[in-house]
Amino acid sequence: MKFNEFKQNAANSRRMGDVIFQAVTKACALFLLVLVFAIGWQLVVSAMPAIKAFGWDFLLNESWDPVMGEFGAAASIWGTVVSSLIALIIAVPVSLGVAIFLTQIAPNFMRRPVGIAVELLAAIPSIIYGFWGLFVLTPWLAEYVQPWIYEAFGNWPVVGVLFQGPPMGIGLFSAGLVLSIMVIPFMASILIDLFNTVPTQLKEASYGLGSTRFEMISKVVIPYARVGIVGSFMLGLGRALGETMAVTFVIGNAHILSPSIFEPGTTIASTLANEFSEASGGLYVSSLLYLGLVLFLLTFVVLICARLMLWRLTYQAGGKR
Amino acid sequence: MQWHYLKRRIVNFIGIALTLIATAFTLFWLVWILTTLIGKGWQALDFSMLVQDTPPPGEIGGLRNALVGSIMMCLAGVAIGAPIGVLAATWLAEYGRGTKLAAIIRFVNDVLLSAPSIIIGIFVYALIVLKTGGFSGWAGALALGIILIPVVVRTSEDMLLLVPDTLREAAAALGAQRWRLIVSVVYRAAMRGMITGILLGFARISGETAPLLFTALNNQFFSMDMSNVLANLPMMIFQYAMSPYESWQTLAWAGALLITLSILAINLSLRLFWRDAKKGH
Amino acid sequence: MLSIATNPVVNTEEKIKLKTEGLNFYYGKYQALHNINLELAENRVTAFIGASGCGKSTLLRTFNRIYNLYPEQRPEGKIFLDGRDILDKKQDINRLRAKIGMVFQKPTPFPMSIFDNVAYGVRLYEKLPRGKLEVRVEEALQKAALWDEVKDKLKQSGAQLSGGQQQRLCIARALAVEPEVLLLDEPTSALDPISTARIEELIDELKGRLTILIVTHNMQQAARISDTTVFMHQGRVVEKAATEQLFTNPHHKQTEDYITGRYG
Repeated sequence: MKFNEFKQNAANSRRMGDVIFQAVTKACALFLLVLVFAIGWQLVVSAMPAIKAFGWDFLLNESWDPVMGEFGAAASIWGTVVSSLIALIIAVPVSLGVAIFLTQIAPNFMRRPVGIAVELLAAIPSIIYGFWGLFVLTPWLAEYVQPWIYEAFGNWPVVGVLFQGPPMGIGLFSAGLVLSIMVIPFMASILIDLFNTVPTQLKEASYGLGSTRFEMISKVVIPYARVGIVGSFMLGLGRALGETMAVTFVIGNAHILSPSIFEPGTTIASTLANEFSEASGGLYVSSLLYLGLVLFLLTFVVLICARLMLWRLTYQAGGKR
Repeated sequence: MQWHYLKRRIVNFIGIALTLIATAFTLFWLVWILTTLIGKGWQALDFSMLVQDTPPPGEIGGLRNALVGSIMMCLAGVAIGAPIGVLAATWLAEYGRGTKLAAIIRFVNDVLLSAPSIIIGIFVYALIVLKTGGFSGWAGALALGIILIPVVVRTSEDMLLLVPDTLREAAAALGAQRWRLIVSVVYRAAMRGMITGILLGFARISGETAPLLFTALNNQFFSMDMSNVLANLPMMIFQYAMSPYESWQTLAWAGALLITLSILAINLSLRLFWRDAKKGH
Repeated sequence: MLSIATNPVVNTEEKIKLKTEGLNFYYGKYQALHNINLELAENRVTAFIGASGCGKSTLLRTFNRIYNLYPEQRPEGKIFLDGRDILDKKQDINRLRAKIGMVFQKPTPFPMSIFDNVAYGVRLYEKLPRGKLEVRVEEALQKAALWDEVKDKLKQSGAQLSGGQQQRLCIARALAVEPEVLLLDEPTSALDPISTARIEELIDELKGRLTILIVTHNMQQAARISDTTVFMHQGRVVEKAATEQLFTNPHHKQTEDYITGRYG
């Protein structure tokens, strides 16, 4: 049949199509691997002048003086870590509470609208948080919250030193609070997915033994998802460490190392955001990129740990991935 | 015994009350932010903003240049990121399924998904801006495109995996080659969900500011030249909010309201749609 | 017809369409088929029966090499189609599938219009002008006894049809490519009795025009529609015989146990 000949020719010409398509899709998938290595490599290369000039001391040196050409990351790293920790101290219990409420407690008709509201909060761009934080939140904190905290804890031994300084609103505390507001919905939505993987039989078995709802949650749901919960918190930490705009507005951008969380400070990301466009001179730019490299390593280590924890749990939970 | 039982009930009540308080605490911020935005941005927002450019201090102006620049960069970012993301997801879901390499790539993608956008910004800065010697709209679009990729990979792969294997088998049984059945049957079945994912990614990058600081910068004037600095909404908000001029701050509030409402509208409509797309299979 | 049925294996007049030689099949390390040696006559209906997990579907899936989609699945041995080994590396897999169509347990309408569904396979092989393509689609739908029900809504999505109609759409889609063999993998198990009856009628009409292999868990169905029946158990062929003979006078104890409902 003439027909069959046609079929054969068509088949031959199409065989290449599959080879090409598979190669192209695979190249795109591999691009993701290349991208991560390229980011690390490019940052190392660009930061090299500063790495050569300052070495490891860069991490411990507090001064950041573009005029004298002396750069150290200690203040930025301090601010990054402290503001993120403040954020987590607030966000961990709150996000856990939100996730528990939405998956275990809320009546059905509330779950969807409240769940969507939480997701919307997560979708608001970070610059909006920063803008709002600077114009609305910080004046409010300076007027009502900070004086009150100072009154209550300022004279305590050891702890008191955290709350010294004028209540300006701007500073590490405000940055941490704004970060926590950003991170709460982010962590909550991961926790919600996580809690939904807890098998219903387990919960029913617990109720069957006469548990109260709270006992079921604290003795079954949370232990079951334990590793994943820690993973979610670390994911939130990774988010907080690298957050830029929300922090830049409210942290005060001062390269100082102060134990007080009411004092202005700076983070790696906000230093980069503030100084990049006006940075001149090879060493200045290179030092900023060195800072960027530090942030890259810091966040990627945290994120990799977070993903490993979450991955292990979902893998256990039935290999859905 | 009686007392013990009572204690358990009290603990239960307090625990439940605390979760309720946590939820209220979270929603409280959402409401506060939205009311502030509407309060400060609404009266500033009017039609003339769409036809005027950002003004010098003290004069009246609009957001036209920033809006146009943002849309151009975001569309270019989608044009860069979406195809790469969809194709990478295709490999993960179709060819690489079950392989170790796919597991590694999926893991790396998940890490990239939550990587700080500022890192991508300085990467593109070091890679492009430092080398070509200038900030540009293209550099901005590239940074946004890179940020978009992991979002698209994740959602597209999820949607592709929702397509039942029987459909792939049916197409293969007719003699369709692998690529052909993917393009003509699997993509078609997953289309709605994949487009939803891309639009969510679009919403995400349209609010990104940090990467633009190092790439597109900003431009006071109207321009459609992607090879030079380009005005955009997030940078405009950043600079004008930090400025001492009240007229600029008002403009920044209007821009903030505009950008937030658009993003929330996209998110809200897609989330309703998204659920249907998932249910459809 | 009857003379064939009484002695199908060594019949000299009958042309052998498909033949397997020492066929084994593996899912990873698990061996699902053991040394299958079968000869299947051209233009007849052969039914494969057996308890679930006996390998009947697996066997069916080797004839069009659909297992190729899954890297961990592999066959061993030979399958001859008109005397050519289709497991040979040189065999063009897509050409093979043009000759051997398949319909699955659950209806699988593609997410496109009824017309495009039926034209899908045709378009893979031939660039027909619109008019000729329309004729082909109509013919296929006629053969699948679906034409009268859908002729006014060819542009509608295939997913909007009922389950039984969808299954006939899938049969039409397979027939449109003009295959020589049609593999049916429990084609009616997801359908109601009326739709099932229509599909059975359809198989009866197609009989004699092409070779049909049908896997079914429904013994009455096998008895109603097939010329030859193959009974399988735990990955092996226990008995192959003319349908009438297998159901009335099986040679093997296992076959008898199964058809009389003692297990399975």
